[in-house]
Amino acid sequence: MSKEEEEEEYTSDSGSEFSEYWVDWFLGTKGNEYFCEIDQEYITDKFNLTGLSSEVERIPQSVDLITDNLKIEDISNDLRDHLEYNARILYGLVHQRYIITSRGLVKMQEKYKKADFGYCSRVFCQLQHLLPIGLSDHLGVSSVKLYCPKCEDIYNPKSSRHSVIDGAYFGTSFPGIFLQSYPGSVPIHPTQRYIPKVFGFNLYEHGKIARWQELQRLKLVERLAGRGIELRNKPNGYIVNKRNNNEDDEDNEDDENTDVQIKDV
Amino acid sequence: MSDTSEYETWISNFCSLYGHDYYVEVAPEFIEDEFNLTGLSSIVPFYREALDLILDFEPEANVKISDLPLIQHSAELLYGLIHSRYIITKQGLNAMSEKYQKGQFGQCPRYYCNGCKLLPTGRYDSPGMETVRLFCPNCFDLYLPNSSRYLNIDGAFFGTTFSGFFLKMFDLDKPNLKKQFELKIFGFKVNEVSNVGQRMKWLRSLPKTEEEFKEYEQID
Repeated sequence: MSKEEEEEEYTSDSGSEFSEYWVDWFLGTKGNEYFCEIDQEYITDKFNLTGLSSEVERIPQSVDLITDNLKIEDISNDLRDHLEYNARILYGLVHQRYIITSRGLVKMQEKYKKADFGYCSRVFCQLQHLLPIGLSDHLGVSSVKLYCPKCEDIYNPKSSRHSVIDGAYFGTSFPGIFLQSYPGSVPIHPTQRYIPKVFGFNLYEHGKIARWQELQRLKLVERLAGRGIELRNKPNGYIVNKRNNNEDDEDNEDDENTDVQIKDV
Repeated sequence: MSDTSEYETWISNFCSLYGHDYYVEVAPEFIEDEFNLTGLSSIVPFYREALDLILDFEPEANVKISDLPLIQHSAELLYGLIHSRYIITKQGLNAMSEKYQKGQFGQCPRYYCNGCKLLPTGRYDSPGMETVRLFCPNCFDLYLPNSSRYLNIDGAFFGTTFSGFFLKMFDLDKPNLKKQFELKIFGFKVNEVSNVGQRMKWLRSLPKTEEEFKEYEQID
């Protein structure tokens, strides 16, 4: 207990070499802002490391290093560098598993609220906070990407510091599980579009595609309405604004139909 | 271009300032032609003085020192508005195309756009409404510049017309959305009925099947 209390008091932002705790040093290192702290109990539980031995060597020693139980004096420099490297990979892979547990989700939600993962660059997403995601659950396939829950697309991290982090450290399932666990975090989707204009006139092809896409959206609204799902200004629904243009008026009509259908049901 | 080797012109100095790398240098001949400035004198305060400053002319009347910062500011506004007109001329488009080829306006942050080069654009043609935005010809969406140093550039200095014009001129008006992201949980797709189901698929989709093409043709 006393050790845990100490750990809580100790805050390291500098990432200095003199950090006492490996995890604090790791989280304080520049570029590692996306990671959250994994509970010691989680990482020392062998069950949670099942199957990792094929991806990381020397797991027991790496765990000792992460939990500061390794006697550094006893090992050679080469081995220490090797372990250091392994420990980072191991931490990342355990991180992938940890962030979809309930305790991990809480920590990630805090980071999400603080926008530690950045904001969506898309103008109509209006600085929606992002979530980290990997394109594969295996090491070395791709770097971490950022998922925007508003436009449901993935983006590259702005900073090159973050674009070298392996996507496997976050995994492919994290955003889905996160949003399912926190339905309140599911945003309402904006339906606004940008159509390039020349002297105030919309470009024909772009306008046509936008209209076709709007049609697809309305079809989806209809399909879901048939199953009793209301989308107007609801989480994971669409923003419907009365003061907006005709397209949204169509929306209103559509959604009114939804109301009627729900009553029928 | 009447480049003088002895001193830097106001225009080239302005364009080389930190955070001004989106601007191209407007040819002085373009500014000297009164026709190209139609209507600007009513928008820009200290119009005459600002114009003299941009063209490095000696001011006709004595300028009060207290007015200098205002004139400098007006000159920037005037330059921006002239810039938005210049970049849709042939010369201006070529200058912008050079910058575009070099990727000086940045790359699309969307992963599946594969670093497609962006074009600066404004959503309004009158100054003071919104800062500059970037248009991706691949996903035809608007993005914020990735650095805050571009957040003091007015969108009107690029205008609403430029990006559309540029697409037409350089044949970039073919959106390409071959790949689309789909959220999965443990490898399984999420049904659209779910409360985290995909609801924005339409935003990044183009007609693919024959049926959809038919539907697309019928839209007008």
